[in-house]
Parts: sequence; C-alpha cells; structure tokens
Amino acid sequence: MSAADKQIILDVQNVTMAFGGLVAVKDFSLQIRQNQLMGLIGPNGAGKTTVFNIITGQYRPTKGSVIFAGRDITGMNPSAVTKAGIARTFQNIRLFTSMTVLENVLVAYHCRLKSSVWSAFLGLPSYWKEDSLLRAKGMELLEQVDLAHLANEKAGALPYGQQRRLEIARALATGPRLLLLDEPAAGMNPEETAKLTSFIREIRDRFNLTIFLIEHDMSLVMKVCEEIRVLDYGQTIAHGTPAEIQQNPRVIEAYLGEAEDYA
Amino acid sequence: MKQRTHLLLSIASIVLLVAIIWWADGNLNAYYTRIANTAAIYIVAAVSYNLINGTVGALSLGPNGFMALGGYTIALLMLPVMQKQMVFFLEPLIWPFSEFSLPPSLYLVGLIISGIVAAIGAFLIGWPCLRLKGDYLAIATFGFGEIIFVLANNMLFLTNGALGIKGLPELTNLWWSWGMAAATIFLIKNIVNSSYGRAMRAVRDNEVAAEAMGINVTRIKMLAFVTSGFFGGISGALMVMLISTISPTLFMFTMTFNLLIIVVLGGLGSITGAAVTAVLFSVLQEVLRTVESPLNLGFIQWPGIPGMRMVVFSILLILMMLFYRRGLFGSWEFSWEWLLSKLRRKEVPQCQQQTNK
Amino acid sequence: MSIEIFIQQLLNGISLGSLYSLIAIGYTMVYGILALINFAHGDIFMIGAYIAFFAVAIYALPWWLAAILTIILTACVGMLIERVAYRPLRDEPRISLLITAVGVAFFIENLAIVTLGARPKGFPVPAMMATNFDIYGFRISGVSIWVPILTICLLAGLLYIIYRTKIGMAMRAVAKDIEATRLMGVNVDRVIMYTFAIGSGLAAAGGMMWASKYPQIQPLMGMYPGWKAFTAAVVGGIGNITGAMIGGLIIGVVEIMTVAFFPTLSGFRDAFVFAILIIFLLVKPTGLMGEPLKEKV
Ligand SMILES: Nc1ncnc2c1ncn2[C@@H]1O[C@H](COP(=O)(O)OP(=O)(O)OP(=O)(O)O)[C@@H](O)[C@H]1O
Ligand SMILES: [Mg+2]
Repeated sequence: MSAADKQIILDVQNVTMAFGGLVAVKDFSLQIRQNQLMGLIGPNGAGKTTVFNIITGQYRPTKGSVIFAGRDITGMNPSAVTKAGIARTFQNIRLFTSMTVLENVLVAYHCRLKSSVWSAFLGLPSYWKEDSLLRAKGMELLEQVDLAHLANEKAGALPYGQQRRLEIARALATGPRLLLLDEPAAGMNPEETAKLTSFIREIRDRFNLTIFLIEHDMSLVMKVCEEIRVLDYGQTIAHGTPAEIQQNPRVIEAYLGEAEDYA
Repeated sequence: MKQRTHLLLSIASIVLLVAIIWWADGNLNAYYTRIANTAAIYIVAAVSYNLINGTVGALSLGPNGFMALGGYTIALLMLPVMQKQMVFFLEPLIWPFSEFSLPPSLYLVGLIISGIVAAIGAFLIGWPCLRLKGDYLAIATFGFGEIIFVLANNMLFLTNGALGIKGLPELTNLWWSWGMAAATIFLIKNIVNSSYGRAMRAVRDNEVAAEAMGINVTRIKMLAFVTSGFFGGISGALMVMLISTISPTLFMFTMTFNLLIIVVLGGLGSITGAAVTAVLFSVLQEVLRTVESPLNLGFIQWPGIPGMRMVVFSILLILMMLFYRRGLFGSWEFSWEWLLSKLRRKEVPQCQQQTNK
Repeated sequence: MSIEIFIQQLLNGISLGSLYSLIAIGYTMVYGILALINFAHGDIFMIGAYIAFFAVAIYALPWWLAAILTIILTACVGMLIERVAYRPLRDEPRISLLITAVGVAFFIENLAIVTLGARPKGFPVPAMMATNFDIYGFRISGVSIWVPILTICLLAGLLYIIYRTKIGMAMRAVAKDIEATRLMGVNVDRVIMYTFAIGSGLAAAGGMMWASKYPQIQPLMGMYPGWKAFTAAVVGGIGNITGAMIGGLIIGVVEIMTVAFFPTLSGFRDAFVFAILIIFLLVKPTGLMGEPLKEKV
C-alpha cells in the first residue's frame, strides 16, 4: 500500500447496476480522499442516487465493488455500512415524522448503545444514565447545527429547510467519517442555499468529514466542491475542478446547457 | 427532585393498587371478580400486542396463537400427575409431562415458562417473515393461529384434542392477574421509552431511514415480536388458569380480533390507550352479551341475535380506521409529569384559560 | 395405491388447485397494485357461492343465467368494498389498510352468520357437475373434469383482458408504477376498481365451483380456501398472475396427495400448506415467478 492509497477513504471500483433491462449505472469508478469535498452532478435519471444507494448498501451492485477505508463493503446491509462509518441523507426527505427533533437524532445513536436490552426493560439506573448522556449529546449536536430551539417539535411539522438540516444532523449523529448528501439544497430558496453552502463547509471542518454530494444547484456545487464528477446515462462523462467542469464542452452539452434552459 | 416525586407517586399508586385488590378480593362477588380478572388479562394481552402493531407498525394476527401456546404449556405444567392420567384417556400424555407437574406454589415459574414457550414460537414465525419487506408477518401469523388450532385438535398426546384439558387448579386470582398486568405495563413502558423503543418507532415511521441510521431492522422487529409473544403467552396462561380449562376453541381468531379492536380503539401505539381500552372492552363485552341473549321486557320482545356483537365490533373497527384513526388516546401516554402539571394548572385557573386560547 | 386411485386423486388435486388459482389471482392482482393483502377476498368467494345458491335454489333461475348474475353481482360487491373501505385509506400507512381489510373480512363473515345462519346449507349442484364419467374404465367425477376446464376458459379470458385490451394494459402500467401512470393521464381509480371487479368475479366463479365440489355452503367457507390461495400467490410470486395459477395448482395437488399417501395425517392437511408457506418465505420469498423487488430509495 502506497502513501497515496492511505489517503483514499472511498474506492468505488467498476460498479454496474442493472434493473431488469435498464442499466442505471455502468462501469462507474471513483476515488475520494480523506476530507475531500466531492460533487456528483448530472441530468435527471443519470444514476446519481443509484450510486449512493450502492455505496450505502441499499442496492447490491450487479458488478464491481465498493471499498471503504480499506474494507470491502460491497453488498453489506445498510445498517452495517452506517456502523462502518458512512452516513447519508435522502433526496426525498425521510425523517421519523411522528418523533421529535431530538428523538430523530437519538435514533442515530442507537447503533452505538452500550446498555443491554435487559437493563432497558428493567429501567435500571445504569440504563437511564446512558440515556441521559445520549440526550445531552444530542442537544449539544442540535445546538451545533442551530436546531436546539426546536428540539421538542415534531419533525414532520418543521419547515422544509429545517427538515433538510435535521436530516444532516441525524446523519452526523451516527458518527460518520464519510457523509453522503443527496440534493441537500433541493426546494430551498437562494438565501437558504447560501446558508447551506457555508454550513456544509463548516461541518466538514468541525466533524473532520469527507463529503460526497449530489446537487442540481450549480451555485452551490461550484462554490463548495473541490472536485466534480459528471454522470450521464450512468456513465462518467467528465471529472475535474469546478473551473474545468464549467468549461468542458461535453458537460455543457449534456447538462449545463439544459440547466440554463430552465434558468 | 423531580425523579424523587415521580418515584414516590409510583410507590403510592402501587400501594393503592394493593389496597384495592385487597378489598376487592374479599368483597366482590364471583361474577365481578371474573370480570376484573378478565380485564387484567386483557391488559397483559393488549399492551403486549400493541408493541408489535402500534409501536413497530407491523401487523401481527397471531396473538391468539401465542395465547394458545402459553395456555397449553401452563395446563401441562400445572395439572397434577394423578389427574393427567384421568384426563388423557383417549391417548396417553407423552413423557415427560406425564411424569411431573409443578406444585401450585411454583405458579410463577409456570407462567414464565409459558411465556418462554410462546416467545420461542414467536421467534420461529418471525424468523422467516421479519427479514422480508412487506406484510408477510400478517399472513404468516394468521396462518399460525389456525395451525395451532389444527395441531391442538390433532395432537391428542399433548392436548387431548377437541375435548381439551379440564379440571385445572384455579390459580389465577386478582393478585396474579393485576400483578402481571402491572408488571407487563412496567416492562413494556420501559422498553418503549428506551433507545430500543425509539428504534422501533423509527422503523414504523420510515424503515429505509431507520436502516440508514444503523438500526438492524430485522433485529428490532424481532425484539418487539418476541416480547409481544412472551407476554401473549403469559396472558393465555393466566386465562386458562382462571377458567381452569383449555380446549382448541378457546383461542380462536376472534380473540385476536378483540385485541385488534382494543389497540385500535385505544390509539395504535399508546400503552395507556391499550390498557384503558382493555378494561372498557371487558366490561362492554359483558354488557353486549345481553344483546345476544333473548330478552322479554313484557311489551317488547328482543329475540337475541347470536353473532351480533361481532358485527357491531367489526363495523366499529372499520369506522375507526376510516374516520378516527388516532383512537381515544392517539399517541398520548399517561405520565406523572402530566398529572402534576394538570394539578398545578387547577391551582392557577387564569393561567389555564390563557393557554387554552 | 392403484393407478386408478392415483389418477382420480391427481385429477382431484388439479381441480382443487384450479380453484385455489382462481382465488389466488384476486389476491395477487390487488397486491400487485396496492401492496394490500385483501383479507376480505376469501369472503367475497363465500358471497359468490351464496348468491348462486339464492339464484338457483330460491329464485329457480337456470344455471347459465345464475352463473352470469353471480359473477356480476359479486364483482359489484368487490368494487363496493374497494370504494368504501380501501380507497379513502390508500395514502395512509399500510397498517391502516391492512387492519381495515381484516375488519371488512370479519364484518362480512359475521353479517353472514347473523343474517344467513351459521348452519351449512346444501348447494344445488348443477347437473353437469354431478354426472360422473367413465373413461377407459376409469371412473372420474364430473367436477374433477369440469372445474379445470372452466378454470382454463376463465383464465384464458383473463389473460386476453390483461394482455390484449386497453384496460389490461392500464392495469399492468399501474402495477409497475402507479404515480407515473397517473401522470400519463390514466384514471388510476378506475383501473383499481376494475382490478377488484375482475378479482371478485373470478372468486365468485371459484365459489360456485367449490360449492359444487363440496356441496355445502356456510358463512366461514371462505376462510381456509382464502388463506391457502394467498399462500399459493406467495408460492407463485406475489404480484405475478401466471405465478398465482401455478402456485394454486401446486398447493392443491400437494394437499390432496399428502392426504392420499399418508391418510393418518389427514387431520393435519391444513398444516401442510402452512409449512409450504414458511419454507417458501425462508428459501425463496420472491416465489417461483416473482422478480426480486427493490424499493426505490
Ligand atoms: N429500484 C429501482 N428499480 C428500477 N429502476 C430504478 C430503481 N432505482 C432507480 N431506477 C432507475 O435508474 C435510473 C437512475 O435513477 P437515479 O435515481 O439514480 O437518478 P438520479 O440521477 O438520482 O436522478 P434525479 O436527478 O432525478 O434524482 C432511473 O431511470 C430510475 O428510474
Ligand atoms: Mg436522485
């Protein structure tokens, strides 16, 4: 293993994902280095979310493998992938809507719970001690992401932008080394997006994270990401720095041109 | 300070319960005692059933099966050896049950073993179903209840078939039934309020997200299902030792349907709801029994329609699901905190008015 | 076992299996579209048998007219249940829909007990079904011949509807992706209604044939056949129509053959089906013909 390899935290090798006849991702490879901010863009249906689903174990790839921190995690079930240190948010928000904001975060601590199920059944003081420690930790996290004042609100009742923020907070609570964000700015207004941009940088530094994000909002991608990968019909058509991507004619053809039409 | 108050209140309410049982044990007639016992047994069954249906949100239709498992286990354990030879005259009871039985003083041990047997049954049914996405649990548990019925009818060497097992010692009294009800509520409330319970509710709200948060969905569902099977078994055992007999028809699907009504009416997921409605239901069932028997009031003749109760209950269930899904209690839970704040508000009426507005 | 008995039993199993297939299709079609286990489906089958009973035994209609009327009326019952009890809950948590389905099933069963009485009634078996055949010296009952033949005709009609008509195409589209189909301008509510109508109509046909095979009807007659047919749908691959047909035949033949070969176990015949269900869930949960489902995330 060379020194450069040690830097690589995620190594996706020649991954292909077919749904029946439809090949959603084709021979996709990608390496992400420690603490990098990597972006993934591409038109609707390009296969971006599918890449995330393969990394987090929601789908088992038809071909290829996923190596995380030197460990083969291909086809591991999602909860095990999370325990290994990868957390994610969802494109269509998936909060625990009937639970409070704090409880949403506490759920994410469950996989690192030390107390046995017996101590929970009996309500032993040792259990409640750990529980209140977790609550304190959860409140601390909510403070860091500026949601503490909403801790006892029902998650489903939050405004949209806060829901997205809570999804990120919840993912952070699992204690990840790699964070996957699927369209975190979707549905946000420019002001909220600007806030999110600085928020993403902030959590990267504070939690010592590597971040891999999918986003349609070019302003965010170009500002936040250090490297960008462009997907079209399940295949990589370009990668490079934001400046390189903006000038790449294939990208402009496949994606940016189309996006400008919308703008 | 706050916890001290809550602890004191809990102790006080236990003392109160003990006092009430003490009084009821000596003063209620047989009929009312039977209803009070049944109510407590329904609490055990409904609160545990609510754990899988309400808290985890996976429909199980098998509590009658678990109650039957618990019921037959306790019957085999507690029937004195001498009587076993008399009861099993069609086909002898198999070893080792034919050779031993527990003395009444070990009733608690018997109840726990009954719970464990039912929990093992739950594990065996849950294993194939709970790994899968979709509602296989509902269909497999429905089948399970029916299969227990078939087996109970045919495995004469264990169940004495359709004749059932009669002459069991009547060990269930108010102390046992209400004691078990209190224990069940205590244990299940603890688990629901713990991190495990949060994981269960997370699975109910969004299974995909729960899994992505590192929760082993199969395992957490299994925890709820096996726990629910355990207490289901205990409730079946209590029931059998109350009426001192068991036969295959005792725990038919109707029992599951009753429990389903109780948890829906109480509010899926609410322990308070399940417990309160269990008591209401046991009383209501007695009241409605009169609807089914012929009645002559002199000027009007009520012919009495057998089965009418079940028609009423099923209409009630459908209407609840269509128009009042939250049930009587929604997801509300009783807590000392709530009680104290209510009491405090009473002292400062103006304040209450303001918050109401 | 003589060859004659074996063939009789095999045909018996096939005719029983055909009936399971007819019921299983209703389960599988509804599950394919709404992911709902329609617990009331077995009771719709019972309603079919009762309507035919009243048409023939009470109103003395000729069988051909009674059969058509039964299928139409039962289809209407199916649509009514969907409209009243299931449609309002379609977007609610799945458990609400399931509990409602259990409630509807229990309601139908108990209403039938209250209004029609729990006691079994003799069914007026059509003459065609009652006559036995002698083929090369083998004595074969009419039902064992006619049930599979009629079933095949009905299934051919079903496959025609599903693969050759517009409504069938809409059904397949809704089963694949209900939202996308709605966006294409298809009236999804109507498609779902027709799905219930077809499933219930087939169940009614099954109910009439079942009542001819075991010439007694009672309010709970749909419970076991319904549950076994659902198992058949799982064995075949839930959501898959061809799978439901094959699954039904397998369950029917296995049930009859185990009883024929091990008469001492006949009391346990219902337990075998349960064992098959558990084995399939363990070994091949997608069934024989089902595709592995991947929930879109
Ligand atoms: N579970 C699945 N079953 C069948 N097809 C799927 C599944 N998941 C994704 N697909 C298909 O794979 C293709 C890629 O989908 P994907 O969600 O990865 O796109 P995307 O790049 O994230 O698009 P968007 O920008 O709209 O989010 C689409 O055609 C989609 O329909
Ligand atoms: Mg996407």
